Amino acid sequence: NFQPKVMKILVGVKRVVDYAVKIRVKPDRSGVVTEGVQHSMNPFDEIALEEAVKLKEKKLATEVVAFSLGGPKSQEVLRTALAKGADKAIHVQVSDEEASKLESFHVAKTLKKIVESEKFDAVFLGKQAIDDDSSQTAPILAGLLDWPQALYASKVEEGGDGHMKVTREIDGGLDTIKAKKKPLKAIPIKDLGVDIKPQTETIEVTEPPVRQAGGFVEDVSALVAKLKEKGFVKA
Amino acid sequence: MLSARTVLTRTARLNNARLNSTLVVAEHDETKLAPITLNAITAAGKLGNDVSVLVTGANAQKVAEQVAKVNGVKRVLVAQDDKLKNNLPERVAPVVLASQKQFNFSAITAGSSAFGRGLIPRVAAKLDVSSISDITQVHSADSFTRTLYAGNAVKKVKSSAAVKLLTFRGTAFEPAKEGGSGAVEKAPSADIATDTSEFLGQELSKSERPDLATAKIVVSGGRGLKSGDNFKLIYELADKLGAGVGASRAAVDAGYVPNDMQVGQTGKIVAPELYIAIGISGAIQHLAGMKDSKTIVAINKDPDAPIFQVADIGLKADLFKAVPELTAALK
Ligand SMILES: Cc1cc2nc3c(=O)[nH]c(=O)nc-3n(C[C@H](O)[C@H](O)[C@H](O)COP(=O)(O)OP(=O)(O)OC[C@H]3O[C@@H](n4cnc5c(N)ncnc54)[C@H](O)[C@@H]3O)c2cc1C
Repeated sequence: NFQPKVMKILVGVKRVVDYAVKIRVKPDRSGVVTEGVQHSMNPFDEIALEEAVKLKEKKLATEVVAFSLGGPKSQEVLRTALAKGADKAIHVQVSDEEASKLESFHVAKTLKKIVESEKFDAVFLGKQAIDDDSSQTAPILAGLLDWPQALYASKVEEGGDGHMKVTREIDGGLDTIKAKKKPLKAIPIKDLGVDIKPQTETIEVTEPPVRQAGGFVEDVSALVAKLKEKGFVKA
Repeated sequence: MLSARTVLTRTARLNNARLNSTLVVAEHDETKLAPITLNAITAAGKLGNDVSVLVTGANAQKVAEQVAKVNGVKRVLVAQDDKLKNNLPERVAPVVLASQKQFNFSAITAGSSAFGRGLIPRVAAKLDVSSISDITQVHSADSFTRTLYAGNAVKKVKSSAAVKLLTFRGTAFEPAKEGGSGAVEKAPSADIATDTSEFLGQELSKSERPDLATAKIVVSGGRGLKSGDNFKLIYELADKLGAGVGASRAAVDAGYVPNDMQVGQTGKIVAPELYIAIGISGAIQHLAGMKDSKTIVAINKDPDAPIFQVADIGLKADLFKAVPELTAALK
């Protein structure tokens, strides 16, 4: 029952450790160090947001609302989203402690509540968050809502007849001042009645094994000799 | 006559027997099983349960017969229906749920490909459980390892979900071999709604080269190639080695090659015997997709490129000179 002309789009944005940061695992193995580390909007959420704003510019959507579930600093990425063209923002609040234990499942359940209470017609999410690398929130939400899903979208068009046509891969900011004037609504998670009890407990987080560099060879013939030695090339 | 107690114990045992079964949802192209399903079958076997495989599709029967011959597969459920052509997740999910209703699996799993990652979380939502994706190690029926932050952290988790909904990283598990003789039966029937989404068409990149995800040797090119035309240097070398061809995201974004060739955190994850990175700097997002390769060779003109920190064999050279030389030297 997708009506392109009156479509309201909800866009999920997550605050994550910036992609350029070299992360460190905590010595107590409980997680990775996030304090004092550069954070930014998950790059794939930026893409989702851009696409939603483009649809609005083409008059295929009426409203673009940014959503984030997380600790107090999530409002930073919501401000960024407003600066990049979202009309409104919704922050569902949890403590940092709770945020660190959230699973895609909880995010999807929270999104479902918002979609239903505020009557959204479409939800745009990034294909994965670069911290957890789970790639699950969108298909869980689609399942909860009983809505169709189109993952790894590379093109979104009007499909006619109340449909959206999506091509999938089988895998400059505006003024920040203006952004601050746009509404940002904060809702404590308790008010939504979403159960965020973990189903997945972290036992430990460790560093991956480090690869040892093998050094340089002089030239192409030395490289060929090595490849022969290792049996990749017939001698 | 059986005493009430015996009946109770029997029922309990029956329920137990049922609970100890894992379902793997097969991925295929209507003629052939996708190799990642074989890796998923191995991983599923490590959960300590019987393994059943569900094959859905417009031509599922033929694939089901292939799956039945895979070692470790006890039962193959087949749902053959034109509505299941191209296996849209919205249509496959009801079949999985109907099967779950009948067999009460303790785990429902698939390979962590675009197919598995689209389907398993959707089914999890319907069963009201939290799913776990891209598992690289199975420790027991409820504890697993997966990676975070582009492979820069490794997390061991324990799941308390009533049913485990999991996807497995293909390169982390050996493919299951032939040698099974599973029983093939019809999957329970399901209500498949066809009104919410529809498959319109597909455009597959055609290639005679080995599949990137399973190739023994992979040759990848990056931004250093400077153009799509120059990628022929990569193809020529790959053909000499019988290798699959990959690329960095920079090469994809610049339009040198299609996106299904991208290796990395957000592209494909490969772990071949030999990975040759040419004109690729070795950003963490790229390393995430190839650093489990057995041997890594890097050709780059910048001796400080991070790729050299993981390469077993590094060659500091101009690729436009070194690659044709290398290709010529390989008989
Ligand atoms: C959220 C996110 C996800 C990402 N996901 C991925 C991913 O999945 N996969 C991926 O690859 N990247 C990914 N990236 C991009 C990644 O950060 C890098 O930008 C990218 O890998 C760089 O590609 P490159 O090495 O080809 O290009 P560059 O970093 O530009 O490196 C080119 C290299 O070529 C060398 N070179 C140039 N000319 C020559 C020559 N003539 N001879 C020899 N060497 C030469 C240079 O010295 C340089 O080292 C992602 C980024 C983000 C933010």
